[in-house]
Amino acid sequence: MLNLDQYSCLGVALRDALERWPNETCLIEADRDREKTRLTYSDFKDVAMPLSRALEDAEFNSGDRAAIIMTNQSKWLISAYAVFYRGGVLVPLDYKLTAAEHLQLLAHCKAKFLIVEYHLWRALTQSPEFKSHKLKKVLVTEAPLKADLAGAYRWEEFRRKGEPGFVARQREDVVCIVYSSGTGGRPKGCVLTHDNYLEQCKSLTAWYPFWPGVRYLSILPTNHAIDFMVGFIGPFVCGACVVHLRTLRPEFVRDAFVRYKITYVSLVPMILKNLERGLRAKLDELRGAKRFLLRRMIALNKWLTRKRPRVSLSRKLLSRVHQGFGGELRAMFTGGAFMEPSTLQFFYDLGIPVANGYGLTEAGTSLTLNDLKPFRADTVGKPLPGVELRILNPDTEGIGEVAVRGKTVMSHYLDDPELTAQTIVDGWLLTGDLGRFDGSGHLQLFGRKKNMIVTEGGKNIYPEDIETVFEGLPVKEYCIFAANYLWPAKTLSREMLVLLLRLEQNQEFTSALREELITRNRRLPDFKRVGGYLLCGKDFPRTASMKIKRTVLAEELRKILDRAALVEL
Amino acid sequence: MPNPDQTLTEILNLAAAHFKVSREKLTPDDDFFKTLGIDSLQTLDLLTRLEHHFHIELPDYELQGVSDFRTLADRIQARL
Repeated sequence: MLNLDQYSCLGVALRDALERWPNETCLIEADRDREKTRLTYSDFKDVAMPLSRALEDAEFNSGDRAAIIMTNQSKWLISAYAVFYRGGVLVPLDYKLTAAEHLQLLAHCKAKFLIVEYHLWRALTQSPEFKSHKLKKVLVTEAPLKADLAGAYRWEEFRRKGEPGFVARQREDVVCIVYSSGTGGRPKGCVLTHDNYLEQCKSLTAWYPFWPGVRYLSILPTNHAIDFMVGFIGPFVCGACVVHLRTLRPEFVRDAFVRYKITYVSLVPMILKNLERGLRAKLDELRGAKRFLLRRMIALNKWLTRKRPRVSLSRKLLSRVHQGFGGELRAMFTGGAFMEPSTLQFFYDLGIPVANGYGLTEAGTSLTLNDLKPFRADTVGKPLPGVELRILNPDTEGIGEVAVRGKTVMSHYLDDPELTAQTIVDGWLLTGDLGRFDGSGHLQLFGRKKNMIVTEGGKNIYPEDIETVFEGLPVKEYCIFAANYLWPAKTLSREMLVLLLRLEQNQEFTSALREELITRNRRLPDFKRVGGYLLCGKDFPRTASMKIKRTVLAEELRKILDRAALVEL
Repeated sequence: MPNPDQTLTEILNLAAAHFKVSREKLTPDDDFFKTLGIDSLQTLDLLTRLEHHFHIELPDYELQGVSDFRTLADRIQARL
């Protein structure tokens, strides 16, 4: 790995990485079962330099902003490097947003250049708000031959000969503006510096190192803070390889693990849960001696790895399971939403550690991560090196708002001094999340501050915490709200919790389901019990990282349902 | 090669059969996420079925943001 302390900016570190490992593979891109691109670090440089030179000739200069709206692919990383080479500021936008939202954010960040995939560009040009855009140049990838590009340039042809001028930046200079997936309607552009990323990279790789030969499967969107770090910067400064898949169809994702012998992958809890479901179904199909033997092996593995993971040993004991993941998988990362401990434990017992972590865009990538010494399924791990966390105004149980200070914390919100002042107070970033530290220094999360309720008895209740009791409920999705949060009331008395249910298509709310709800509800202490349920007629809105957009959902519900729709349990 | 109207009709028929809903409930401008109550992973299932039916390949990224049957039919027609 490069010694990141010696670098002043991402551009220099990446430039050195391309020189240091010229013959190592840095990128593989596959579409279904066909490999489309395989680049060494030297090849990567050969593709990026003419693009960077063309940017220079188009007067893209130090501090200029270039937005990227692309799905995960090699051209994403090549474009980002070309921007950094010119000392530019990157604005990675979530490709899942609507055209109107894209245009709103492009205007908000005052991007000069845009690099975008053709189908997304087509949607932008068809949007009524398109005419007012102020972009200077747009580069479109993979446009069909006869496509009308509405004044944009083809990415593949936007290249010039000659060495581009490298522009070095300082650690405190801005390198990215990343829009937080927070659920408000007001754009929250987190302004992040070179120092933020270099320090974040150092802390993450201290616990989960990359090296030449390591392969990271990039599934989370690269615009997301996690994939940008562990699916680009981290592997590159260590000479490792990033694998992109142009499809998320489960059968091809499964094949990719095996074909490319993946070492690490990051997944949102929902996908991890899907993987668990599929694997459990396969294991349940086993009969007789095979089933007995597998159970014994899992029990043995569990005992042998109780203090720390022993991946090589687990691969031998449970070879068929590990072969299904390619045989080289060392760990999976997850975070970004509340993860069910039983899922983490399920994979750990099979010898596949899932490192659960906690982070937010405002603080780079990750604040805490499970260090697996030993594995803990019930926490989001310990603070990463260099990250200082504290609990503000803890209650009698030690629970309070998590605040963070450290080199990975963003500089400010773009053009929003008021929000910045509310969020960063005396150098501490207020996360809005509630947590406490246990005796071993692990952070436990209990929910968002705003959806928390305080009972008449003075006890705090965290709806997200209660959701775990309903884990595995046979419905499509569910979540818990405080009734006063849905229908604001000026009193905290007679507060109750509401279980919002989204049934599967054609599923009926049966008496058996009602009984199941009642049984599970009784497992909770009386002050935490759910008072009633609501049936929701549509899927829950979710962020790019699959977190439920609780504020948006609450607003939608407020419009269509009132307290009278509540069915008491 | 089917004409655009035929393509659209075939898609609606296949979607109704795949998700076991009444064909009469589906109209070309329906948002299929809402009408069928499906998520993005279930949509990928439908796309795989449509690919087999029309003998074409529909890249996931090409369909990013497509949520109604008519636009889906346009994209498929362009590949026939």
